[in-house]
Amino acid sequence: MNRFYVVLAVLAVVLGVAVFALLKTGGGAPAAAAGPPPAVVDDGFRGYTLGSSDARVEITEYSDFECPFCANFATVQMPTIRDQLIQTGKVQWRYRDYPLPVHKYSRFAAHAAQCAGEQGKFWDMHDQLFYHHQWAQTGKDPNSLFQQFAHDAGLDVNKYNACMESGRYAARIEFSRQEGENKLVDGTPTFFINGKKFDGPRATSDVFKQIADSIIAHSPPKPHVSAGHEHEEKDHFVH
Amino acid sequence: MTALRQRQTIAVLALVGFFVALYLWLHALGVGGPLKCGTGACETVQTSPWAVFLGFPVAFYGVVGYGALFVVAIVAMRPAALGRRGWSSMLFAMASLGLLFTLYLTYAELFLIHAICRWCVTSATIITAIWVLTFLALRTDRAASPPRQDPQA
Repeated sequence: MNRFYVVLAVLAVVLGVAVFALLKTGGGAPAAAAGPPPAVVDDGFRGYTLGSSDARVEITEYSDFECPFCANFATVQMPTIRDQLIQTGKVQWRYRDYPLPVHKYSRFAAHAAQCAGEQGKFWDMHDQLFYHHQWAQTGKDPNSLFQQFAHDAGLDVNKYNACMESGRYAARIEFSRQEGENKLVDGTPTFFINGKKFDGPRATSDVFKQIADSIIAHSPPKPHVSAGHEHEEKDHFVH
Repeated sequence: MTALRQRQTIAVLALVGFFVALYLWLHALGVGGPLKCGTGACETVQTSPWAVFLGFPVAFYGVVGYGALFVVAIVAMRPAALGRRGWSSMLFAMASLGLLFTLYLTYAELFLIHAICRWCVTSATIITAIWVLTFLALRTDRAASPPRQDPQA
């Protein structure tokens, strides 16, 4: 009987140490991807785009993956915008990062999307981050959840992890944020329609449709440089 | 398996289950980094709406449940308690409650969240094993108990 209690006590200690070790070595968001970079470098990247470059309207969105308003816009308004404005060739949509300092994992999420973009899956990761936005409400380290998103988005997770560890897009994200700051972006999401800041009370698909239709009605078509740009352009690297 | 051996095994399993639940509960409270999960989808499960039950993380109920099972199993190992059927019934009732809760959570994982957490599977295996042991103990006790005597005879 006494021997059993000794075994039980030893087992309790071993399990306690194991739990402590698991909590201690649980890992976390790679610092290189989660924080601001030591230096800002313009690598010529100007955001991922959706839609034809021939579209007469270009809407640039400055957004933050941890921002609830951005998630709401991405999940409620964006599907209609994609259907009615982007896929119809009226609008080209450009996504720019504007991580707000109040959000702990904004830069990390932006980096995850950039690492997905490296594998041609920026918009898939964009959707994963916004459609499963509960990660932004828990305040917990989302590293392993983002790995799950990467897997669900069809990424090579080993390459994704290596990219996140390297933090190689941190400077690009900070450049985008500074660019937004220079354009007087004061919150997220903020939109620029053909370079002009959108100051409307509500950014909805209906409002963007009205503005896009009005611009198209009052402007001549862009001259065709080359054929074959009518399809949706995914993960386009713009110099 | 003797009644003592059964209750010792229940105590050991409950202790392991307690620490599994403790790990998940501490994680739910924000202690430590992400869950060590291998290729499972622990974070998906842990951040889903089904990870909270009546305002508490589900792992909290695991900590309380396994803790209670452990204590009752230890108390039921006393020589005076070994022959008493009441302890077996109590352990069976507690294990049944745990098993029902686990069935609900497993249903949520498979059909609502569409993701599986390895730690949850570990806990489900432990509570199922405990339930089988308590069920066998109850049957053994019933078979061993003497037939009721008629006081008029």
